[in-house]
Amino acid sequence: MLKTWRPLLGAAVVCGSLGGALAVPQAAQAEQLTLCWAAWDPANALVELSKDFTAKTKIDMKFEFVPWTSYADRFLNELNSQGKLCDLIIGDSQWVGGSAENGHYVKLNDFFAKEGIKMDDFVPATVVGYSEWPKNTPNYWALPAMGDVVGWTYRKDWFEKPELQKEFKAKYGWDLAAPKTYDQLKQIAEFFQKRQIDGKTVYGASIYTERGSEGITMGVTNVLYDWGFMYENPKKPYEMQGYVNSPDAVKGLEFYKSLYDCCTPPGASNVYMVESADAFKSGQVAMQMNFAFTWPGLYKDEKVGGNRIGFFPNPAEKYHFAQLGGQGISVVSYSDKKGAALQYIKWFAQPDVQAKWWQLGGFSCLKAVVDAPGFKTSQPYAPAFLESMAIVKDFWAEPSYAELLQAMQKRVHDYVIAGKGTAKEALDGLVKDWTEVFKDDGKI
Amino acid sequence: MSSAKSAATATASSAHSVVEPSPTSKRVAGAIVILYALITLVPLVWIFLTSIKSPPDSISYPPKILFTPSLEGYCNLFTTRTRQTPDYIAALPPPSGVCDAVTRERNMVIAGASNFLPRFANSLIIAFGSTFLAVSLGTLAAYGFSRFKVPLADDLLFFILSTRMMPPIAVAIPIYLMYRQLGLSDTALGMMLLYTAVNVSLAVWLLKGFIDEIPREYEEAAMIDGYTRLQAFFKVVLPQATTGIAATAIFCLIFAWNEYAFASLLTSGSAQTAPPFIPTIIGEGGQDWPAVAAGTTIFLVPILVFTILLRKQLLRGITFGAVRK
Amino acid sequence: MTASHDTFSEKMADAAIRATPEPLAVRVRGLSDRAIAWLFIAPTIVLLLAINIFPLFWAIYLSFTNFRANRPNAVVQNVGLGNYSRILNDPDIWASMQTTAHFVFWTIVLQTLIGFALAYLIDRKFRGHAFWTTLILIPMMLSPAVVGNFWRFLYEPQIGLFAYAVSFVSGIPTSDIQMLGNVHLAPWAIIIVDTWMWTPYVMLICLAGLRSIPDYIYEAAEVDRASPWRQFWSITVPMALPFIMLAVLFRGIENFKMFDMVNLLTGGGPGSTTEVASIALKRDAFEAWATGRSSAFAIVLFVAVFGLANIYVKALNKVKQR
Repeated sequence: MLKTWRPLLGAAVVCGSLGGALAVPQAAQAEQLTLCWAAWDPANALVELSKDFTAKTKIDMKFEFVPWTSYADRFLNELNSQGKLCDLIIGDSQWVGGSAENGHYVKLNDFFAKEGIKMDDFVPATVVGYSEWPKNTPNYWALPAMGDVVGWTYRKDWFEKPELQKEFKAKYGWDLAAPKTYDQLKQIAEFFQKRQIDGKTVYGASIYTERGSEGITMGVTNVLYDWGFMYENPKKPYEMQGYVNSPDAVKGLEFYKSLYDCCTPPGASNVYMVESADAFKSGQVAMQMNFAFTWPGLYKDEKVGGNRIGFFPNPAEKYHFAQLGGQGISVVSYSDKKGAALQYIKWFAQPDVQAKWWQLGGFSCLKAVVDAPGFKTSQPYAPAFLESMAIVKDFWAEPSYAELLQAMQKRVHDYVIAGKGTAKEALDGLVKDWTEVFKDDGKI
Repeated sequence: MSSAKSAATATASSAHSVVEPSPTSKRVAGAIVILYALITLVPLVWIFLTSIKSPPDSISYPPKILFTPSLEGYCNLFTTRTRQTPDYIAALPPPSGVCDAVTRERNMVIAGASNFLPRFANSLIIAFGSTFLAVSLGTLAAYGFSRFKVPLADDLLFFILSTRMMPPIAVAIPIYLMYRQLGLSDTALGMMLLYTAVNVSLAVWLLKGFIDEIPREYEEAAMIDGYTRLQAFFKVVLPQATTGIAATAIFCLIFAWNEYAFASLLTSGSAQTAPPFIPTIIGEGGQDWPAVAAGTTIFLVPILVFTILLRKQLLRGITFGAVRK
Repeated sequence: MTASHDTFSEKMADAAIRATPEPLAVRVRGLSDRAIAWLFIAPTIVLLLAINIFPLFWAIYLSFTNFRANRPNAVVQNVGLGNYSRILNDPDIWASMQTTAHFVFWTIVLQTLIGFALAYLIDRKFRGHAFWTTLILIPMMLSPAVVGNFWRFLYEPQIGLFAYAVSFVSGIPTSDIQMLGNVHLAPWAIIIVDTWMWTPYVMLICLAGLRSIPDYIYEAAEVDRASPWRQFWSITVPMALPFIMLAVLFRGIENFKMFDMVNLLTGGGPGSTTEVASIALKRDAFEAWATGRSSAFAIVLFVAVFGLANIYVKALNKVKQR
């Protein structure tokens, strides 16, 4: 009898000990926090910044960084599975609705009150965008951590070449400079497309076209807002017919496709932040759409940085908006170390830490930092950042944001990249998809 | 099967068999097959070459075949780095190792270890643990099915096999919910149990074939000799089945080693294995292809060795024992 | 063991002589055979019940509800067959089924043709064929996810080796060879990688088939002066057919389930041109978190694989019997 069980017992013992061995290192060191975020330049800056926290509190920081294309996938999965991997999470702005309603995040109101952290001290757009749910109510689920917005960089050195300036002026009748409108932007992009510069073929612009996560949506909305796209009737929530697919919105989407067709580098059918930054860094494009977080890194770049790079906010058209990015930092309610995690947030909210955060390449949302007299001149990209943050607009932050986003990714990618159907059909389809989602939610 | 083989050797030995292909046709066949083999190996060679390129070389156009080898890919695979100003780097003490020096040339310093090693360790623990479980359970069950009249044996066997037909994503939905309830999400134990369940079907089928081939008379003789059935199983059948068990184990191991769908959906950090991790290795702005290639190379080497060791058993393993050589 | 070796082998011979199916009196000591049988089989069955069957039934139950795994607080409602009718009427789901069918069909065609041809050539037994066969087998042993990810790099239009090689041969500029970005090329990009990985698999099974054909049949044909062409079509192909069909079955099932390689290579793009069923299912289940609806989709897929495989196995058995 015993012998029969020997292999099974053995298996059980092996299993148990392996499981135990894996669980022990986490349980043994209570004073270690894991922070989850995306793998990008600001995350490296945060690692650097957090060394001060560890030095002060003796709490070790562990980091779990995931590339943007799998960031939402991985961490929403982690939150939904009620995992304990992350004690702190810097979750995307659109997650706040779902995370608040489903209890993934710890509500921070009492903590803020106790520690004297005031939301009035932060840039209003970031508080609404990253912390509040429901929006515009004083219910806080995160501390604004990283301000971000879609803007543009351009090759100042190319724009300043006298022969190009002359040719451009002759062709379009105005001086080659950072564009103020999208029509200007397209003319510049056309001008540079397939031009030979320094013995290399270059292209007009790099724009977001990624399919898998949120890439193309972030790019398209950035343009659509300017043309007059609205998520819903401002007077009647969730009424989308005629707002999402208004004739203006259709024109905006057509413009995005025309920009993709005429002026992007070959193979740019799945581009998001890193690919776009890469296209710019490798000297392939004259202009690049990207979130502001890439700016410090690009400015420092040996080949395209310094006086070769310029920054401008999203151009205007009928209206003037820019897609909001950025995140707030939250405490995960499944964590066993919520106390230590709150301690981290308290430390992070201090003005001197926030000031250092900006120096290291993070985008602080604290008014004391961005309104400081020297801020505008502290970095060459600071003015474009400030201007952009003043005109932000965000995607849905509803609990069903993932479905809403997925529908838009599909509809828009099918039209812009795969060339299926018309812009009108794409947006009509989007209204249909979104209506269905909200109906399932019981909101309409 | 074996009779066909011996017939083949018999005819091959007779000097000019009608079936023996002509030397020309052999040569042509050989040339085409070798050409195919070379082409098919190019991507693998390219993975290795990329792993020893510097990042700029790896993305140069046209692709570089001749280049100065660099350890940067391997360094980047195992470390995380932060960019620093040249002044800061100049002030540092001299580099303490190859990787340190390579990193500094890019105006960066090593900030710490990357997650690659823990993920690789997870792969080892989960793959070997689940293989051990699957083979142990599979051997017992295969013996049971092979030697005893089990009611509904055919149905049970078919049921065991059919569990492999479900798309992994379809299986993952309820497993995700179940593991969430049981606290098994993102644990090595959960992944081991899951892989064991998937592998045990292969193990039972393969091992039943192997055990069927061991004559019953061996055990019966042992039992006449005074062994109990259990003793006969452990002392007579198991030693005879060693080859089969080893071959089965390696197939289970390969599945568990290569698996991606479950791992990417059911683990996030603590128990994540290498396959979902490797594609997420990125450098400063963009995929760090030399590091990805380095990770891929390290990950593929064990399987390459197994393929070569295992070439004889390969057919049986990959066809669930449906085809025997 | 060694001590009793002599008597043991004697007894073995003894048993071999009396190789009658007469059941032995084994209930000397220890457990009865029946108990052992169950003891041996039960753990496996229990594990499969816990990790395969119970979740399957749970999924069936969920498929009739509007449950969402990301809304623990929401009320779960029974929606009857609503999910099923929605899935079967969803053009996107049918499109993903078509994409899957296109992928399965062409991978099977290419892999069977190339795999069989290779097996036929290797069966010429040229010098060193064993060595080269082993080399050819390598791709199929590797992780489709890890290798698929690297193919993304090979396919890059500007820097990738694939585009460079194709452009070198054909003269088309590399910037026009956008395997992953072009709507018409992307479905073929995934077929190429799958064919690269799995042709050796089909080749191996075909090789077993070719080697199972006894030589005397060819000898008899030679005596009858059948041309090599005729021998090929009237002996080689029909006799290897059950093996080829088996290879097709295994590849068909595997590629119907395809997720990892395609997910890493194209992620379903551009647009939805390579969104195979498993990717559509993953999006619905783990990105949109429509757990109830996606469970219904999962059941539909499962029934489809199961049904098709069963019909096919019947056909296979018929061929075998011939």
